[in-house]
Amino acid sequence: MSSSFPYVTVLVLLPAAGALGAAASARVPRKLVEAGAVAVSLVTLGFAAAMTVAFKAGDGGFQFVSRHVWAQPLGISWYVGVDGISVFLVLMATVLFPIALAGARTREDPRAFVAWMLLLESACIGSFVSLDLIFFFLFFEVSLVPMYFIISGWGFVRRAYAAVKFFVYTVAGSAFLLVGILVVAFIHESQTGVLTFALPALERTHFSGTTGVLLFLAFTAAFAVKAPLFPFHTWSPDAYTEAPAGGSMILAAVLAKLGTYGLLRFDLDLFPHASKVLAPLLLTLAVIGVLYGAIVACAQRDLKRVVAYSSLAQIGFIALGVFAFTTQGLTGGVLLMVNHGLVTAGLFLLIGWIYERRSTWQLSELRGLQTPAPLLAAAFSVIMLASIGVPGLNGFVSEFLVLLGSFLTHRWWAVAATTGVVFAAIYLLWAFQQAFHGKPDPATATVADLSWTERVVVAPLVILIVLLGVYPKPVLDRITPSVNEVIARVELVSKAPAHPQVVVKHSPVAGSKREGAAQ
Amino acid sequence: MLHAASLMLLFPLVGFVILAFFGRRIGDPLAGWLGTATITASFVVACVTLAGLAHRTSASRSFTQTLFSWIPVGQLHVNVGILVDPLSMTMAMFVTGVSMVIHLYSIGYMKGDRDYPKFFVYLNLFVFAMLLLVLANNLLVAFVGWEGVGLCSYWLIAFWYERDSAASAGKKAFIYNRVGDTGFLLAIFLIFSKVHTVDYLGIFAHRHALGGPATTAAVLLLLLAATGKSAQIPLFNWLADAMEGPTPVSALIHAATMVTAGVYLLSRMNPLLALSPDATWVIAGIGGATAFVAATIACAQQDIKKVIAFSTISQIGYMVLAVGTGAYVAAIFLMVAHAFYKGLLFLGAGSIIHGLDDEQDLKRMGALRRWLPWTYGTFLVGWLAIAGIPPLSGFWSKGDVLENVWAKSTALWAVGVVTAVLTAYYMTRLFVLAFHGDPRWQHAVGDHPAHRTPHEAPWVMRAPLVILAFFAFAGGILDLPWVHHEGLASWLAPVFGSRLFSAHESTGLKVGLISIDAVAGVLGLAIAGYLWRARADRRELEPAFLQRVWFWDDFYDLVIGRPGQALARFSATVVDSRIIDGAVNGIASLVRLAGANLRRLQTGYVRNYAIGVVAGVVAIVLFVLTKT
Repeated sequence: MSSSFPYVTVLVLLPAAGALGAAASARVPRKLVEAGAVAVSLVTLGFAAAMTVAFKAGDGGFQFVSRHVWAQPLGISWYVGVDGISVFLVLMATVLFPIALAGARTREDPRAFVAWMLLLESACIGSFVSLDLIFFFLFFEVSLVPMYFIISGWGFVRRAYAAVKFFVYTVAGSAFLLVGILVVAFIHESQTGVLTFALPALERTHFSGTTGVLLFLAFTAAFAVKAPLFPFHTWSPDAYTEAPAGGSMILAAVLAKLGTYGLLRFDLDLFPHASKVLAPLLLTLAVIGVLYGAIVACAQRDLKRVVAYSSLAQIGFIALGVFAFTTQGLTGGVLLMVNHGLVTAGLFLLIGWIYERRSTWQLSELRGLQTPAPLLAAAFSVIMLASIGVPGLNGFVSEFLVLLGSFLTHRWWAVAATTGVVFAAIYLLWAFQQAFHGKPDPATATVADLSWTERVVVAPLVILIVLLGVYPKPVLDRITPSVNEVIARVELVSKAPAHPQVVVKHSPVAGSKREGAAQ
Repeated sequence: MLHAASLMLLFPLVGFVILAFFGRRIGDPLAGWLGTATITASFVVACVTLAGLAHRTSASRSFTQTLFSWIPVGQLHVNVGILVDPLSMTMAMFVTGVSMVIHLYSIGYMKGDRDYPKFFVYLNLFVFAMLLLVLANNLLVAFVGWEGVGLCSYWLIAFWYERDSAASAGKKAFIYNRVGDTGFLLAIFLIFSKVHTVDYLGIFAHRHALGGPATTAAVLLLLLAATGKSAQIPLFNWLADAMEGPTPVSALIHAATMVTAGVYLLSRMNPLLALSPDATWVIAGIGGATAFVAATIACAQQDIKKVIAFSTISQIGYMVLAVGTGAYVAAIFLMVAHAFYKGLLFLGAGSIIHGLDDEQDLKRMGALRRWLPWTYGTFLVGWLAIAGIPPLSGFWSKGDVLENVWAKSTALWAVGVVTAVLTAYYMTRLFVLAFHGDPRWQHAVGDHPAHRTPHEAPWVMRAPLVILAFFAFAGGILDLPWVHHEGLASWLAPVFGSRLFSAHESTGLKVGLISIDAVAGVLGLAIAGYLWRARADRRELEPAFLQRVWFWDDFYDLVIGRPGQALARFSATVVDSRIIDGAVNGIASLVRLAGANLRRLQTGYVRNYAIGVVAGVVAIVLFVLTKT
């Protein structure tokens, strides 16, 4: 594997290089800079797509691994690779960045905007592929910086407040993560004499009950804020709403997934025992998030905030799947990370276009958009229905797997979360009716329908939403083996009696296989 | 021959795709003809498949075809596949047949509508989803069809979306159905957790692994799903609002096909029902209660479509009652007969509405028999059929249900007979108010004096009326009591087997029961004819209690709607922004207070902190590089 093309490293560095180029392009016309940024993100997408095609199905370990020792005394190395879980998150991110760059442009200072966006892309990809905890932490933190500037620089009225809240809240969470990472590495050193931050090595560290629980909580603090999980979510409605369209798209679709991905990758792998012990807590927060997010969404009068709270509910579903510890639940959770990314980005993109036309997201001021803009309404319906979980579209497959998977081990949590399916229909259909149905008022009646550029930009999302709903098998076939390794490890270490129906046949030493793949 | 069965699904799907992308260019009326052609092709495939199936011996009339693997994760293997057997083909036959006729009718009815092509986009997608629902070989794919028809129903009810009432009615239908759908989903989870498959045949083979309580729970959850889709108590009241949709939609989706899906689902799952007598009593009770309640409401409605809508709810109540009794064949027989006569009644109502330029108020009709002779003649057949007058199809099918219910429970049978009287009553009331008495359509509405002359519909709308009238008249031959062993019962026998309830009643008793049915029909008809023939204005017979649907909507609004809204507002304005966010900001200000002394070192600008993060990262990187 190591002799093959270094896809992963290229994917991390390419957008950053683009960002530097954009920042240095003071003399180049803005149109050209914007086109250049889209081109860079498209090339990145091309590499990600090629990597996904080359990715071997049926292998649950890490592939395309690059490992270069970098700071020997500190045990830090450039150690990157993808498995069936991260490969689709990378692909999802690389699909969304060109769409955000092409579809949600800014009027002021586009050079800086696209530079921050490309830097953000590098940080997101880097977080998904890092197998070294220090590098993960760096990427995880660095992602805040461009997002902070995007919100505060190109946001709406309350942007300053929203940006500060976002930044301070997430940095506060990350402080726990940094301490946690260092403690994990030191404990590992005390047990083996080797200082390393490599995940496959660290995951064989043994933690005593209390230490494991405390470390789990430290890691979870950062991820729960980032995702965000109830009750650490209050920064998100403000940030999602005040950010410019492109910012909202990436923030809700990609950045949030750093949190849920962190829960799955680091919490479960490093602290399987604590994960099992604390699963009821996380499941409860997840279910509360599903129901609470939905209920609060019902009371919003602003289209963007409706989507923001619906996002909270969807993140709850993801966490429910992750902590169900079943093949179906975890696979559903990973697929939902991808699906929620596509759907939420689509909704924020279209809401941005509505704002460009009507300069408002207040539902009471929008009315009858479907009459002048039937294509906009059609695109919005398809994406909204995917969010509601209508079968045939992508959201259903993941939601079904999450609920089924959690039902098998945690029946009553699943039953409670299933009722959330009704709420999604209530607030989204209500919002759709407010914005699109009814007789248009004069300001709306003259609104333009989607332009050809806009159609081209939104079409990939709609196509993917349908495709992943009808034929998710290729994706599932690649996610499932990696998920099974995680479950096998959790079950092995926590020594809980295996649930006969759901637990996979696991190789006795799951960790060694991953390590083997990494060599 | 059976391998071509999946073409039944393909044709409407192709029609949908073509119309969705090129509908506007194809335009009016070609889009309608294209839509109709695809359904006709589907119908032909259904006929061929049916013939192929009938050619086999009774025991081997079951054919499964897997199309592709849909959701394979761990032990879960969901394939998109179809199950061709007598039950699914009976459904497919009348679904494609009635859809074809109603597509044809729509060509005329929707003429000139701004969104004419879009109507056929939805209608074709609906037929695809409906066929997927009945042909699926597993619960999950059936659920795709189940939600798909619900979605099309939402779109078609809200078809005239500029009208607020239509948009709200569509939303209401979707949400009520969603409540039922959670039951469907939970039933799938429960069944899978015990038998590890979602395939019908696998579930039936391992049904004993479910255990008693889980079986009862699963059946009741499926019943919840059925009450949503088939508009039964407690989720019935969306169907009346659904009349906001164009009338062909009411005929096809909200009378003939989609709303019977709940009955189909319960019949399909009959091996589970047989294991849970408790649950079947609940089913029978819900069916009987809905039949009666909806029939009383139909007696007091003024809107011609709402009368027929509540009538539909009531008739499906009979079908659910039959399913609860175990008389599946009677349920299916009534379903097919009902599709003919109710489709006919709706299309007839559509013809009236069309002829009176969108008038739907019965009190503003009258004497139409002179202006709309075709509509009158065909509607007459539908009216007599639903009223249960021999020898029309409604008489035989309802008789079949009641005969079986008699053997299960005399009390439920009595409810059924009273409902039969009410059925004849409300439909006669509608009939005489629309076609007899004095013409009232020229009375002024508000400040709009009406000058209109009713006009008969074009032939594309009349032909379907005649076709459906024929089947509404003669549909009874599917399963006449004295040919029971060669009719529908023997055809469906492989599906239901010994689980089919059969009342072994003496010939004398059967004749007695049938006579009571006939008397009930004639009685209701006579009473209504006497009361309404001469006078259209009888407020005392239309109490508010019935007009307002037993205050059912008001009740839901009081106990769910308003508390729900209050909870949502409280959560958003108090819990979220004051309590949770308040705690966060509180901690933040505590930190700020504690750090007051450090304030001079801090600029307070987050962008400086952000730059700091970048600088810190660079510093660490440099540090690390120098050490290696």
